[in-house]
Amino acid sequence: MLNLLNKFKDPELCRNILRQIEAEVNGQFKFMEVCGTHTVAIFQSGLRSLLPENIIHLSGPGCPVCVTHESEVAAYLELAEKDVIITTFGDLMRVPGPDRKNLKNAQAEGARVKVVYSAFDALKVAMENPQDKVVFLGIGFETTAPTVAATLKIAKEQKINNFYVLSFHKLVPPALKVLLEDQDTEIDGFLLPGHVSTIIGLKPYLFLASEYQMPAVISGFEPLDILQAILLMIRQKNSGQPEVVNNYKRAVADNGNPRARQVMDEVFEITDASWRGIGTIPQSGLGLNEDYEQLDGFKALDITLRDVPPIPGCRCGDVLKGKIRPDECPLFKKACTPASPVGPCMVSTEGSCAAYFKYMV
Amino acid sequence: MCLAVPMEIKSIKDNIAEVEVGGVRNQVRLDIIDEQPEVGDFVIVHAGFALRRLDREEGLETLKLFEESLNVELT
Ligand code: SF4
Repeated sequence: MLNLLNKFKDPELCRNILRQIEAEVNGQFKFMEVCGTHTVAIFQSGLRSLLPENIIHLSGPGCPVCVTHESEVAAYLELAEKDVIITTFGDLMRVPGPDRKNLKNAQAEGARVKVVYSAFDALKVAMENPQDKVVFLGIGFETTAPTVAATLKIAKEQKINNFYVLSFHKLVPPALKVLLEDQDTEIDGFLLPGHVSTIIGLKPYLFLASEYQMPAVISGFEPLDILQAILLMIRQKNSGQPEVVNNYKRAVADNGNPRARQVMDEVFEITDASWRGIGTIPQSGLGLNEDYEQLDGFKALDITLRDVPPIPGCRCGDVLKGKIRPDECPLFKKACTPASPVGPCMVSTEGSCAAYFKYMV
Repeated sequence: MCLAVPMEIKSIKDNIAEVEVGGVRNQVRLDIIDEQPEVGDFVIVHAGFALRRLDREEGLETLKLFEESLNVELT
């Protein structure tokens, strides 16, 4: 198996596909990925500099930390000041809220914040601290949501009554639709997120080709996967026959993972959600359903999202929509660097601004 | 945090598998994987949970398709 997986990195094969891409692309081809792991893979593997100049890579709203809305950031920062233990994926620690304050600062000032690797570890924190309220910050897309749902099920079954989730989970397909509705965004094809697709399968994307004539390929994360997906999208565009293709069959069944979706359905309901830079997208998020009310951080701890102004000067929203490149933001590399990030796109290693900073300089 | 990596299953006990990647061992939960994996399988792991068993046959098939689309020989 490892040999097989290594094949997907084979430099000779990559060169062959690259040559083929150069031969077949007509004019300019702009593709967008919507997955933080794709962002990192494309920069880290050097693909970005290997691709011909007329193939343009846009990094869309696929970084979970980046799309978390400023009102959501403000809400959990306020909560951190109360008498609770916050558990979170490490990526959120440095995301700046209003006044540029982040969870790390809050922690330094005495807030109890614990970084966990999984939602289940957050539940363990709750079991170890039965006298405290333990809140898990649920960010992430369809890949992460079932892991949080499974954890909530266990919490309920085991009657753990000091564990809460603030669900900020978001769904990828509705965001793609919004991007396509936006007249200013020019995209020729979507590189679809491999592991989101592991869960949801092919069907939720079919509208991309049928309603918007958009080439779209579900792709893995090795250089070969990504190059092949680009070639397939170019071929679809050239032939005028857009299609949604699963090119990551070793990890994605066309039908996705029904068991994981079942667990999500038991725990969550689909809600409207706010996305940074995009605003509210109807039916694009997951909240806890009635059966899980007691574990719902919003209800149990009485948290509401309130309007907060976006971070002054930060163009993260436009970056997430593919409207500007990170280096077109006036603050890029000046006021905003990974050591002192102004916006979330510079905080997360999966953020476009951070990737640009790290690999394009 | 999106990172989901293939890891090899070394042992399974109830709902928990011990997995290894690059010599590092870890525990992952099997609550949401659709097909029960076996020892020796590779699974995609995300945030402490196995999401899916990697399919070797499909992997080989994909490579074959690459080969066909390029007319090159894989060694
Ligand atoms: S460079 Fe910094 S300020 Fe500019 S868009 Fe990116 S994160 Fe925001």
